[in-house]
Amino acid sequence: MSNRDTAKADILQGTLDLMILHTLDTLGPLHGYAIAARLEQVSGGAHRLNMGTLYPGLMRLEQRGFVRGKWGVTDSNRKARFYVITAAGRRQLATEKAEWDRTAAIMQTLLNEPR
Amino acid sequence: MATFREWCIRLWQTLRGRRADGDLEEELRSHLAMAAEDEQRRGHSPAAAVRASRIDAGGVTQTLDALRDQRGLPWLESLAKDSRYALRALRRSPTFTVVALLTLAIGIGANTAVFSVVNSVLLKPLPYPDADRLVAVWHTAPGAPGVATVSGGLRLSQSMYVTYAEENRTFEAIGLWAAAAMTVTGLAEPEQVRGVVVSDGTLQALNVPPIAGRWLLAADQKPGAPATVMLGYGYWQRRFGGDRSVIGRTITVGSRPRTVVGIMPQGFRIVTAEPELIVLGPLVRSQLTLSGFGYEAVARLKPGVTIAEADADIARMVPIWMRSWPTLSGADPRVYEGWRITPAIRPLKLDVIGNVGDVLWVLMGTIGIVLLIACANVANLMLVRAEGRQQELAVRAALGASAGRIVRALLLESVWLGLLGGALGVGLAYGALRVLVTMGPANLPRMNEIAIDARALGFAAAVSLLSGVLFGLIPALKYRGPRIAAALHGGGRTASASRDRHRARGALVIAQVSLALVLLVSAGLMIRTFQALRAVDPGVTHPEQLQTMRISIPVALIADAERAERTQNAIVDALAAIPGVTSVGFTTMMPVEGLAPDWDAVTAEDQPLTAGETPPMRLLKYVSPGLFQTAGTRMIAGRDYTWTDLYARRPVVIVSENLARELWATPAAALGKRLRSLPTVPWREVIGVVQDVRDNGVHAPAPATVYWPAMTESLYSPGQTNVVRNVTFAVRSHAAGTEGLLNQMRQAVWSVNANLPLASVRTMQEIYDQSLARTSFTLVMLAIAGAMALVLGIVGIYGVIAYSVSQRTREIGIRLALGAQPGALKTMFVRHALALAGAGVAIGLVAATGLSRLMSSLLYGVSPLDPVTFGAVPVLLVAAIMVASYLPARRAAAVDPVNALKAE
Repeated sequence: MSNRDTAKADILQGTLDLMILHTLDTLGPLHGYAIAARLEQVSGGAHRLNMGTLYPGLMRLEQRGFVRGKWGVTDSNRKARFYVITAAGRRQLATEKAEWDRTAAIMQTLLNEPR
Repeated sequence: MATFREWCIRLWQTLRGRRADGDLEEELRSHLAMAAEDEQRRGHSPAAAVRASRIDAGGVTQTLDALRDQRGLPWLESLAKDSRYALRALRRSPTFTVVALLTLAIGIGANTAVFSVVNSVLLKPLPYPDADRLVAVWHTAPGAPGVATVSGGLRLSQSMYVTYAEENRTFEAIGLWAAAAMTVTGLAEPEQVRGVVVSDGTLQALNVPPIAGRWLLAADQKPGAPATVMLGYGYWQRRFGGDRSVIGRTITVGSRPRTVVGIMPQGFRIVTAEPELIVLGPLVRSQLTLSGFGYEAVARLKPGVTIAEADADIARMVPIWMRSWPTLSGADPRVYEGWRITPAIRPLKLDVIGNVGDVLWVLMGTIGIVLLIACANVANLMLVRAEGRQQELAVRAALGASAGRIVRALLLESVWLGLLGGALGVGLAYGALRVLVTMGPANLPRMNEIAIDARALGFAAAVSLLSGVLFGLIPALKYRGPRIAAALHGGGRTASASRDRHRARGALVIAQVSLALVLLVSAGLMIRTFQALRAVDPGVTHPEQLQTMRISIPVALIADAERAERTQNAIVDALAAIPGVTSVGFTTMMPVEGLAPDWDAVTAEDQPLTAGETPPMRLLKYVSPGLFQTAGTRMIAGRDYTWTDLYARRPVVIVSENLARELWATPAAALGKRLRSLPTVPWREVIGVVQDVRDNGVHAPAPATVYWPAMTESLYSPGQTNVVRNVTFAVRSHAAGTEGLLNQMRQAVWSVNANLPLASVRTMQEIYDQSLARTSFTLVMLAIAGAMALVLGIVGIYGVIAYSVSQRTREIGIRLALGAQPGALKTMFVRHALALAGAGVAIGLVAATGLSRLMSSLLYGVSPLDPVTFGAVPVLLVAAIMVASYLPARRAAAVDPVNALKAE
């Protein structure tokens, strides 16, 4: 990965878990490419999710027990690994969402301080 | 929490069942395929689609790398990889590996074996439940010199036990015990067995449940209740074949039939005695008096009670005891106040271990030194090997390995060497312990508990690891980092061995030699101790010609005292009639036989006691006529007993030389003087003085002894006859120890009375050997350690010189070509060896002077700085080293200059 990508990956990793979990929660079981496509769509094409970022992230979530992966078949009869959020994952999602909201509110207040 | 779980899963995935590379790759390829499809849908051509998708999605290889890092524990995997490499490297140099492994196996194995012994004997708690609450109850009696010192303290009398059992506040249970030989009749042959007499509370205090039946109970002693007995496991297996139906059967023990009520588990001991039978001692309250201090006591403290509190409790009970019981007829009750009986409770473990701790820790120290020497040897080997690997290491450095990584790889090699050597060593230790247990000294306590347990294995692992790091550190530190150019050039042509390495090897050899010297000095001191012990005149001559056996005449067999005496007389006559037997006698106890000694005070007529004075305790024995002659104990003044003396019950006595000198200044002056044991019995006249006998072992001074006649008026109850029913017969014959003589002796005894059991048939030499067993054991162990150290040290020096010769072959070739004499070359190398040896010996002597002091408790008759040892050992060591260095030096002289200059 180039230096620029590395920096982007670091920023992303903090929010990556939140994004993946939320996506799986709202859209149900998805395979890796679908998650990447969805996130790209939501950001209006600005964030292209690299394989080297996404899959280690998914593996980490799987190791912590927040998602569970299983081989399945896509609509176009292609073999792919589907990920589904677990109960623990939902709990983690709620926690991280609250954390994010709090951080965002603080930043909002800070950056909009009157001179 | 999440990280711990993650860590566990990653560890799990590293070890098994992880998502395989193939699995991951398939997922990634599928991702790429789907991306390409999408690009195509957006209108790109298939080829462009693939290219675009690849660019966007990123590289498969990099992703796989990232996934692998996430998947397992990378450091663990790199460790595994390095380990595989290290093991391969070891396999590539088999000679080095085998020699190093053997050296380490011996060093680590010896240490593990000794540690197992130390652990099992000294460190492990006793094999009773909650053993740390078990104590042995002893007293001191500062006001009565001689009473308490004889056996490490004043024991309990039965009256003391009753008082303590009833009045105490700090004990959960307290009981007496005493080892006693018992006769079992009614089964096959009459047999004498090892028994233990206990009181109520002993088994409860030890709290080991029987494997069948029940404990002996106080209720068993109610009048009219049948007498009971418990069997020990070994006796139960041997005599009854392990048959459980023996419970409820009756066996005749001593004079009484007893019902078997229970069986104790295998290996059960009452403190130091392993009983074949356990019986309750007779306890008749109305007959108890204050005296009879012949029992040891065990007690279990209540939870949370300290020894100090228990001591205070006993101090409180001693006056109660003194008030509660009568004294033996005629004795002054105030005597005991003068004794100032003080409680001295100690943990039971101390009683079991005795003073074997000294020996074991010394052994641990010496064997640790052997390990250091072994490590030095292996470090030397590794330095040699490192020099040969310069090129390989340079290549690794050129390929990108950091210096740290290479050092880590080298250390890993040595750690693996250490661990493998340790594994072999544990196997050796196991074998050595088996040999030790079968051949070991009989009086090493807790021998049956010696085993390699988890703690010993942990010790072995730790020692292996540390040794690996220790001898691996030296070559690893010498690795200066990549000197790529020089190494890759094959620079060995132009340079000889680096000065640095040579110094390191020399230093190692000096260390080895000094350590070997320390060990050899301690072995030498032990040899001198042994010599000194053997040179002591024990008071018995030619013990190898003296056959002993123990015969007891139980009351059930011959109730009448007179008849018992005549039986003993008849046995003496029958034994004397055996051809080849020159002399026969009997006594209650032969020297160092290991039986509980009898002690009491005697008063001399011409030296009356002042009020309140307690006479010192003397060793008491009963002897038959002819015993002194049989044993070879010299009669210094006066005469021996005759049978007439005995049958006529003449009031006579024989004393030992030191007692005669103490009371009457010279042996001659003792003759005709009179003494007695109690004021109520008549005076007895001294008719003979015999030489001192070392009853307590060769290293202890001979005790002052009084020899009463074997048949006599009772010393304590006037008007009654005293007969000693348990005696050791001594027979002097050149055929001592042979089966032929033993058969004749048995026939002789049984011709007098066919029901008499014989026990403890041994020659006096065997008895002595057993008493010296601990010293000889230490000596053997130290000699082995010293020999190992010597061999390792010699091998080390030989290695250094041999390697030096091989490295300097070119130089030798040049010297020879220029006209040097082969003799001068040999001298050069031998001088080098002597220089190393000299430095090692000097340092070793300094160390030995300091360390030998630690051994002084084991020495006898020789100072820790014994000049003979300190002079002989260095000479021996230097001579051995000279020989060891001469052989490779000779090879130097045999070098062919032409070949040397041609070769690389």
